[in-house]
Amino acid sequence: MPTTHYTKDHEYIRVEDDAGVVGITDYAQSQLGDVVFVELPLVGKMLSQGAESAVVESVKAASGINAPASGDVVEINRALEETPAIVNEDPLGNGWFFKIRLSDPTELDGLMDEDAYQDYVKSLE
Amino acid sequence: MSDTQAASGSEPAHTPLHDLHCALGARMAPFAGYVMPVQYPTGIIAEHLHTRAKAGLFDVSHMGQAILEGPGAARRLETLTPGDIEGLLPGQMRYTQLLDPDGHILDDLMVTRLEDEAGRERLFLVVNAGMKAADFAHVAAELPDLDLAVQGDSALLALQGPKAAEVLRRRLQAASAPDSVVQGLAHMPFMSSRDFDLGCLRLRISRSGYTGEDGFEISLLAGAAIDFAQELLAEPEVLPIGLGARDSLRLEAGLCLYGHDIDRTTDPVEAGLLWSIPRRRREHGGFPGAEAIGRAIAKGPARRRVGFLLEGKAPAREGSDIAAPEGQSIGRLTSGGFAPSLGRPIGMGYVDAAHAAIGAPVSLMTRGKPLPARIVSMPFTPHAYYRGP
Repeated sequence: MPTTHYTKDHEYIRVEDDAGVVGITDYAQSQLGDVVFVELPLVGKMLSQGAESAVVESVKAASGINAPASGDVVEINRALEETPAIVNEDPLGNGWFFKIRLSDPTELDGLMDEDAYQDYVKSLE
Repeated sequence: MSDTQAASGSEPAHTPLHDLHCALGARMAPFAGYVMPVQYPTGIIAEHLHTRAKAGLFDVSHMGQAILEGPGAARRLETLTPGDIEGLLPGQMRYTQLLDPDGHILDDLMVTRLEDEAGRERLFLVVNAGMKAADFAHVAAELPDLDLAVQGDSALLALQGPKAAEVLRRRLQAASAPDSVVQGLAHMPFMSSRDFDLGCLRLRISRSGYTGEDGFEISLLAGAAIDFAQELLAEPEVLPIGLGARDSLRLEAGLCLYGHDIDRTTDPVEAGLLWSIPRRRREHGGFPGAEAIGRAIAKGPARRRVGFLLEGKAPAREGSDIAAPEGQSIGRLTSGGFAPSLGRPIGMGYVDAAHAAIGAPVSLMTRGKPLPARIVSMPFTPHAYYRGP
């Protein structure tokens, strides 16, 4: 059963096998509103935890997306190029951004688990 | 509109429709000293497309409304603006600008000539929310011989879209307005205004707006605003629309946003607003910066406000550097975003006049990358104003 970890900036990373699937949470997409473009990193790029790794453009504004953990990009979600609205419709599923090969899995210990993240979102509302 | 924020530390104000926005589930955010609805659960793109297809209701009560009254009010206001104010007949309105002594734009505004009262000329002014305190102080100081009555107890609604006229006619009929009133509304052309007294409800309705669509702006007492707004929202064609879609609609319509596309560093000539300065004013002057503006007209402006259609899907934002194909900087983007009606990003900004030709390729620098775009004429979507029967 894959485990999902969350950042305070509303990115998630779901660890499946040896890769981490990165995207933004439902709360994040609801705050951003209609997503019209996603700028994704290049496959092969080495990301460090907390560094800007993607940019989400909503109708109103551009928002930086930080890497929840360090690793190199092994795949990007090309479906977002044609249909960025998938991020709004299915952020945790088909609306994922990219996959990384984790370079330091212990970094995940510093992130929130599902329960902690849901409490965190409640505290914001 | 302006995005100038209220002084830090002061609580943002509420419009008379605040509770209605919250009840409708709007996402509220500070804007120009007010808490305003940015979007409703419908979402910006759907709100935008709905306004173009049917009708949208906007709360624009944050804007400043005032009546300027006294002998020769129109002639006197012309000393602050380059527009044809004296030529206004009662019930006509015009777009113009308040200018500083260099001909730069202090604010843009709508001026409506109301019916005279007791032989006194009366002008209804609607100015940007973020500038209203400064504008009204400026007008009061420069025209001390006139009375300026700020309409602090008034709300302002905008009903915009191809179904706006039908919806408003239906509402007036439901309010038992006489047929003559209903007919009068139907035939009001773009940029005209009438006062409607329905007994318990008094409406100042102009055929105008900020979307490029047919539509109306309705000034009424704050206490009556929620009920009237709810009646309009009960009509099947009408959805509430937030400031997010208001911005994307006006950008597609090629309309300037104060504080972004025009401000105290721009003049009406380079901003492409010369259409609002009639020949009489160009020849006789008598407004702030008339000499500078006369020179700009004679020589042509050094830079021009133009529109951009981006080739790709990534939007460019305000502040982006604009580069010519050879790489040199030729200007700056002042508005940029996704155009829901076109399904692609657009923008507007200023470029050196030598590089302002329609069709010219440019690059809009975004996060260090050149986004290819072409200079295009505006509006991006055709205006659908009602010009009369």
